[in-house]
Amino acid sequence: MAVTEVQLDEHVEHAAHDDHEHHGNFVTNYIFSQDHKVIGKQFLIAGIFWAIIGGGLSIIFRLQLGFPDMNLEWLRPLLGGWITESGKIDTEFYLALVTMHGTIMVFFVLTAGLSGTFSNFLIPLQIGARDMASGFMNMLSFWFFMLSSVIMFISLFISTGPAAGGWTIYPPLSALPQAISGSGLGMTLWLVSMVFFIASQLLGGINYISTIINLRTKGMSFTKMPLTIWAFFLTAILGLLSFPVLVAAALLLVFDRSFGTSFYLSDIFIGGEALPNSGGSPILFQHLFWFLGHPEVYIIIMPALGITSEIISTNSRKPIFGYRAMIGSLMGIGILSFVVWAHHMFVTGMSPFLGSIFMILTLIIAVPSAIKSFNYITTLWQGNIRFTSAMLFSIGLVSLFISGGVTGIFLGNSALDIFLHDTYFVVAHFHLVMGSSAFFGMVAGIYHWYPKMFGRMMDEKLGYIHFWLTFIGVYLVFFPLHYIGIAGFPRRYYSFTNFDAFSDFADLNMFVSVAAICTFGAQFIFLFNFFYSMYRGKKASLNPWDSNTLEWTTPREPGHGNWPGEIPTVYRWPYDYSKPGSESDFIPQTVPYTNTPESNLPHEAEEAKNEKV
Amino acid sequence: MAGTAVVVDSNENLWNGGTEPLKASYGKLMMWFFLLSDAFTFTSLLATYGFIRFAHPAFEGEIENFVFSQEYWPIPEMVFNAVPFLHGIHLPLVFVGIMTFILILSSVTMVLAVDAGHRNDKVAVEKWMLWTILGGLTFLGCQAWEWMHFIHGTEAGGQLLDGSFFHGANLSLNQYGPPNFAALFFFITGFHGFHVFSGVVINFIIFYQATTGVLERRGTYEMVEKVGLYWHFVDLVWVFVFTFFYLV
Repeated sequence: MAVTEVQLDEHVEHAAHDDHEHHGNFVTNYIFSQDHKVIGKQFLIAGIFWAIIGGGLSIIFRLQLGFPDMNLEWLRPLLGGWITESGKIDTEFYLALVTMHGTIMVFFVLTAGLSGTFSNFLIPLQIGARDMASGFMNMLSFWFFMLSSVIMFISLFISTGPAAGGWTIYPPLSALPQAISGSGLGMTLWLVSMVFFIASQLLGGINYISTIINLRTKGMSFTKMPLTIWAFFLTAILGLLSFPVLVAAALLLVFDRSFGTSFYLSDIFIGGEALPNSGGSPILFQHLFWFLGHPEVYIIIMPALGITSEIISTNSRKPIFGYRAMIGSLMGIGILSFVVWAHHMFVTGMSPFLGSIFMILTLIIAVPSAIKSFNYITTLWQGNIRFTSAMLFSIGLVSLFISGGVTGIFLGNSALDIFLHDTYFVVAHFHLVMGSSAFFGMVAGIYHWYPKMFGRMMDEKLGYIHFWLTFIGVYLVFFPLHYIGIAGFPRRYYSFTNFDAFSDFADLNMFVSVAAICTFGAQFIFLFNFFYSMYRGKKASLNPWDSNTLEWTTPREPGHGNWPGEIPTVYRWPYDYSKPGSESDFIPQTVPYTNTPESNLPHEAEEAKNEKV
Repeated sequence: MAGTAVVVDSNENLWNGGTEPLKASYGKLMMWFFLLSDAFTFTSLLATYGFIRFAHPAFEGEIENFVFSQEYWPIPEMVFNAVPFLHGIHLPLVFVGIMTFILILSSVTMVLAVDAGHRNDKVAVEKWMLWTILGGLTFLGCQAWEWMHFIHGTEAGGQLLDGSFFHGANLSLNQYGPPNFAALFFFITGFHGFHVFSGVVINFIIFYQATTGVLERRGTYEMVEKVGLYWHFVDLVWVFVFTFFYLV
């Protein structure tokens, strides 16, 4: 009893404090804002900016791969000295392009842009909190990210070029500035940038976790939380435990590069000269890197899966199939993600026995992943599906997640991986299962929550066009890459035409490049839609998707503190769609069981007796 | 809701929202999660130590016959055997033992400071925070001496692979054994020392806030508890660093 009273007091106090609008100036409202909604949008805009750059880089190297004889002289105004005399892309710059494409997409778009946007925007709104636990740290999190972005952006323009050792920055290549020009200043800036990026992730992550644990509104137990919040919660834990390992790996690399240690270096001859380093091991770096790197891919996909769960359930007008199984599978994926890292290292000469262990653990991940896929499909099954743009992209995610996941089972086999390792098969696999899937989840989230972010609707027609072009485009780009990979062509190679065995694939590569350019072009439809709707879009209603979750109980454009009055209390789970007996096909979380005697299940009728409304 | 008497009628309601289920403020939770994350950084550094350590052969034979060599990993007690003012006397691990004792003692004074904070006893908080800061500074001073001694080396020095003699240690070479022995020593104890240094700085800030009455006006000494968590963590990490570098 006492708890209720204390809580009420607290809420009243908060209401008194947060009720009025905070009228700050432009700087405190839009730049150094501590409001989670503004910070979420800042991450979103930054993520979109990076996505354009990251996608643009991939188009440049797709030109080289698809049209090796093309004269790229017209790119000289942009790339300057990186276009050779003969009008080709410089070979070392090609490596820088793939490195930066990977780094930008993995970290800046799909980690910061996806997790940063939606964790910040949705956590307080969906759990019923006024803001994040610490608004100040949340602001710092964005500005560390911004600092890291600026450094990475600058590294694109320095004369020796950005980092070029692959996004995995394996030493010795990345540790020896004399190896390639991309291991010079570019690599240093990469490492500096990543340190700030990790600081940003940690600040964000501990904020998300503490907020979810401490600031849920009354009635919002963990088993009544939307799956989006579960996904953000587990993602934040994954980041919290894996990014610090990258800190250690990166700092040791910094010492090897700049201070003469040999943690990762041993017995190296370069340019005919023997280096003094001895006693280190580059394999050590791979272990440390992939201890981060593998959870990182789940940090990317899990928020997208959470967003998809929410959107598919809402737009199928059906409760999510297997709510607890969904949580369990997220947890399973999260835990397993920490014990499979060495499947990236099957060909490093590790013991075959250890390889088998990592293979089994890897293949077990197929189980929770399959549970999620089946649950999405069974949620759709016999639903009153509303094909909104967000719904289309969510279904697209399920499709990509399955077709990319299947090849994961191939690659997880330590024997098969010897053949497929570092070929285009791997490229095709992860671009489908994690790259495109997560991108689809992100876009779905933007379409779905745009009305809450900007108070207006995005154009549905443009959304359909965007979806179909992207969906078909992504398959046209990445499906053929499987064949090229099975044929044995290694990733990150500058040219196909230098090897007779692969010249057969010239036309296929041309096809992929054309598809990639069209898909990239289609994204500008989205960009137009995004910015146009911000000012000219149809004004959104309070709950445009007839959704159950708490964010739709806020005003059209929620002010600081989110709810003008008291924070709503939660009585039920978020997936009461099309409940038998109920007149409406959705019952928001704020509706008590006592108000819905016609649709209550037996145990809910019991609960209704104890409800104090 | 620290400082508020909360009676919870059953544990079931604890996780139902609207409460702080772990009975900890968000700030304290954040500190715990930060420490969890930091623990992974140290774990990976110590794993790195293990990985490189076991890639090198160990010294085989009687400890009396031990000499420094690039061929095998040195025995720590033959390296860390000096104590200030007792030049030339073989006192294995005595000095680092004293350092460890001082650091653990500063953890004890931190516990007393936290306890004083619970009693809202401003004078006692100041007193024990000051002792903790002094303990931290002493530890840092000892570490500086230990590093200096390690860097300068012994008169005899040690033979490098090319046959020349080398005195002391730097990040690339050292007289005691393979290059990575010193590199790891500098990196890991340095990384820990940096944590101790940051701890001393934040302890000082809290000490200052306690002295000027900022915490008293806030009505709670919870900040002391938060920095206390960090300080204990730094001590705990030292126990592991000590075990790995000096004992095994």
